[in-house]
Amino acid sequence: MESKKNYLTNGHTVGSWLLTIDHKRIGILYLLSVTAFFMLGGFFALLLRLELLTPRGDLFTSDIYNRIFTMHGVAMVFFFMIPAIPAAIGNFVLPIMVGAKDLAFPRINLLSWYLYIIGAALAFVSIVMGGVDTGWTFYTPYSSTYSTSAVTSAALGVFIAGFSSILTGLNFIVTVHKMRAPGMTWFRLPLFVWAHYATSLIMILGTPVIAVTVLLVFLERAFGFGFFDPRLGGDPVLFQHLFWFYSHPAVYIMILPSMGVISELVAAFTKKRPFGYEFIAGSSLAIALLGFFVWGHHMFVSSQSMYAGIVFSIITFLVGVPSAVKIFNWLATFYKGSITFETPMIYVLGFFGLFMVGGLTGLFLAIMAIDVHVHDTYFVVAHFHYIMVGGTVMGYLGGLHYWWPKMSGKMYNEALGRIAAIGIFLGFNLTFFPQFIAGYLGMPRRYHIYAEEFQIFNILSTGGAMVLGLSFIIPIFNMLWSLKFGKDAPANPWNAKGLEWTIPSPPTTHNFETTPIVTEEAYAYAPHDKGGH
Amino acid sequence: MMDFLLQYFPEQAGLLSAEVDAIYIFMLAVSLFFTVLVVALSVIFSIQYRKRNEKMPEAIHGNLVLELTWTGIPLLLTLFMFAWGTAVYIKQVRIPENAKEIFVVGKQWMWKIQHGEGPREMNELHVPINQPIKLTMTSEDVIHSFYIPAMRMKQDTVPGRYSFMWFQATKPGKYHIFCAEYCGTKHSGMIGSLYAMEPADYQKWLDERIKNPLEPVANQPASSSSVESPVVHGEKLFTELKCITCHSQTSGAMGPDLAGLFGRDVKLEDGRTVPADETYLRHSIINPADGIVQGYSALMPTYKGQVSEEQLLSLVAYIKSLQSKKN
Amino acid sequence: MSTANTKKFEPLQHHFANLNQQYECASLGMWLFLVTEILFFGGIFLAYTIYREMYPDAFAAGSHHLSILLGCINTAVLISSSFTMVMAVHTARLGKKHATTWFLLLTLILGCVFLGIKAVEYTEKFTHHLVPNNTFHFEGFDGPGIRIFYSIYFALTGLHALHMVIGAVILVIIMIQNMQGRFSAEYNSPIDMFGLYWHFVDIVWIFLFPLLYLLGRHA
Repeated sequence: MESKKNYLTNGHTVGSWLLTIDHKRIGILYLLSVTAFFMLGGFFALLLRLELLTPRGDLFTSDIYNRIFTMHGVAMVFFFMIPAIPAAIGNFVLPIMVGAKDLAFPRINLLSWYLYIIGAALAFVSIVMGGVDTGWTFYTPYSSTYSTSAVTSAALGVFIAGFSSILTGLNFIVTVHKMRAPGMTWFRLPLFVWAHYATSLIMILGTPVIAVTVLLVFLERAFGFGFFDPRLGGDPVLFQHLFWFYSHPAVYIMILPSMGVISELVAAFTKKRPFGYEFIAGSSLAIALLGFFVWGHHMFVSSQSMYAGIVFSIITFLVGVPSAVKIFNWLATFYKGSITFETPMIYVLGFFGLFMVGGLTGLFLAIMAIDVHVHDTYFVVAHFHYIMVGGTVMGYLGGLHYWWPKMSGKMYNEALGRIAAIGIFLGFNLTFFPQFIAGYLGMPRRYHIYAEEFQIFNILSTGGAMVLGLSFIIPIFNMLWSLKFGKDAPANPWNAKGLEWTIPSPPTTHNFETTPIVTEEAYAYAPHDKGGH
Repeated sequence: MMDFLLQYFPEQAGLLSAEVDAIYIFMLAVSLFFTVLVVALSVIFSIQYRKRNEKMPEAIHGNLVLELTWTGIPLLLTLFMFAWGTAVYIKQVRIPENAKEIFVVGKQWMWKIQHGEGPREMNELHVPINQPIKLTMTSEDVIHSFYIPAMRMKQDTVPGRYSFMWFQATKPGKYHIFCAEYCGTKHSGMIGSLYAMEPADYQKWLDERIKNPLEPVANQPASSSSVESPVVHGEKLFTELKCITCHSQTSGAMGPDLAGLFGRDVKLEDGRTVPADETYLRHSIINPADGIVQGYSALMPTYKGQVSEEQLLSLVAYIKSLQSKKN
Repeated sequence: MSTANTKKFEPLQHHFANLNQQYECASLGMWLFLVTEILFFGGIFLAYTIYREMYPDAFAAGSHHLSILLGCINTAVLISSSFTMVMAVHTARLGKKHATTWFLLLTLILGCVFLGIKAVEYTEKFTHHLVPNNTFHFEGFDGPGIRIFYSIYFALTGLHALHMVIGAVILVIIMIQNMQGRFSAEYNSPIDMFGLYWHFVDIVWIFLFPLLYLLGRHA
């Protein structure tokens, strides 16, 4: 009987994986690919940190150093951070959470993975051709005219990977609208789904703009069309507007899914419905919406008008408020809960600490008077790593541990998981906290050779990076170990609520034998809380 | 204690440095408070409400008053931060009238600087203390950013347009100048030093530089090696480039009279009205066909590629000076 | 269901409950896709707006140089093709297979006529060095704005033409599927969805034509 087989055993050929239209298998394909890019980007990061141990720059030439930090950024932002949670974890659990057999467009889902792979391959080609040296931001006219590195293939890679993101977002929105199981009303959706819905809105509204912007850079570079190079009559600052119109919301593409994961984990490990469910859901949408109107805060010193700066500054403060709301709601969920501390919960606690620092330093940068000083310094570098690594990666790893039993049918080693979580938290802080100080002291980012007074902070940072790097290896080892030696996972190892925990681990290909009928709200842990409003 | 803290701040050598640092310290205090609050609550709740038995906790659905409180307090706090930060920011961008003019051209990977009095320097900037300094800046190639941490000031220099920045040193000394916008291979080598000097020392330095100018810069016409002020240099160029043939202040001239032009609004042939600022003057020299002044025809050829950014700055400075002659 | 006569093809995909749900998904998905398309073109429209403001005279000169006759003919051709596309969708809903095939074919022909005329225009630009590369040269206007105009002209019309080419390829596929009898009065959503796409591409042209050919012509 085919129905006895789970999705992993339903076909063992290479073709059954590469041509699969099962959202769970595609999720696994994404998981493997983004992990590969995470390791690649991490490898570049270690090279950078080693070089920065001394102020003189004695490991690489400046040219090589510039290529390494660019490839670190491109690999991490476009090929790890943006797809990590939505395309790997979201792909796997979102359809199950809404009670669907698959995403609305399974073939388009597979296509989006192939687009990702083509984009990734092009980015990889540009590494083989010697790398790109423009920074992941591709600022013009340097990228379009002056740089002699392999910009073209990297830009095309980003362009194509953008469509992968658009198609994933489109698939999620249609699935959430049209594929919910009977009884799964909007306010019974898990918060993970709300967060992904908000993320998908950004993906479909923002990504096309970066795609066309990169295309224009490509046309200018390859054929000499005039768009951004002032020698051809163009305006280089227009590029920045177009770039940040996407790339600021892209930060929310990275952080919102992570917030969705955190909401699930908080509920599962306090055994409570998250406090202020509607506010957490609504704040995701508020962040997605407001996030489109703050791009100019990347350009306070770009010669943008003062009045534009003031408007962008105040909207940036407003977008900070919904994030604060989320933190307080999660904390309030702890209140009178029944809390346990499995590995995912350790990541939640780590997320709180790191996201607080990342979010609050974001407010520093929204203050124009401070931004004029710290813009393009290590202060900014530290800030966005706190958000992207502290926020996104903590959520990603927490979520991965939480759903790993469902994905693989195996339990990972709990002790090892906790050690890694603590190691990452400590290593991360040691790496990035000193960078705030170096930044306020005036150390500019993307400096290969730097003034000697900054060295002490760089030594601390490099030391932290070693701890961080080692700690990141542990989860990879732990997951691989569990496949061979891990205990079989029960259907619901955490005693958590949610449709994904009602089906076997790992699930069968069609998720549900019969379409589930939802009769209670999400997170109905409490005995007297079956009814809803 | 204060000394210990101060080592984590760049030197407060500018008029606004202390004001920026004050906001920064306020922000640190707010951040510390909220971080400690959240971390303490997570720890306390984690201990207090750890799992003790198999009983499921009661659900608490939410509380509107609490939600409004923790939306309202951050909102008010951030509005306060916005107001304070913007007030200081406006001081950072509003350039005092009496500022001393200095011109900066960024180029991969060096800073070329010229004082209003004429002397040039490279990757070094000498200024008198207690006097506002206005930098008029542009770039020859890619975007750079002129950054003086001790002044807490930074401004991108963008090719094809002018950007402005001002500061006022309050303490004599030598301070870092960095390029903050990534600009290619030797980005981290595009650094320099700011020398803030007592006014008398500065005057001495200036006189010395006027007598013994730096070696002429390669690729520059000979005229730029002599120490002329940008206005004098601009006037010479105005004749050399034959600008004067059409923009002669006589009636019936082929080009508009430039005296008193700067700062006025100009009516263009296509119906637009534009302010005659530095960027407009530069644009009109490089790209005259796209801004024909009302009543004139498109006779002027483009000077694109024929004049360097430094010469353009001189021409602009000269045309600006024509204003005072007329009045 | 009346799908018995369509041989092996099963219109309902495994993960949908019924054809109606499948249709609603396809429709919502298509509209969302068109939203992304609007933003995709939107980036270049923004560039157009800014540079038009910056170089009004250059844009007027460039616009003068485009052939208003060919532009008009192409506009008429595209609007007609939208009409034939509407008819194809209409006849498909009525289950009139042969009429649908004919209307799809007409749409395809009109699309190709549009691309043919576009090719004539492009050829003229190539021979007169109006393609913004190293050999770019424009008689009668001096300044960088004219190059920007042609850059935007080629970016916008080129992307539009690319959408037309993709549309034509899909059109051929759908036509073949229709001839094989895959669609019926109950199941015809691919034709319907393709219609939305085709109209979108048409509407983009309705914006491009005045912006590039007409605006500023008599200024």
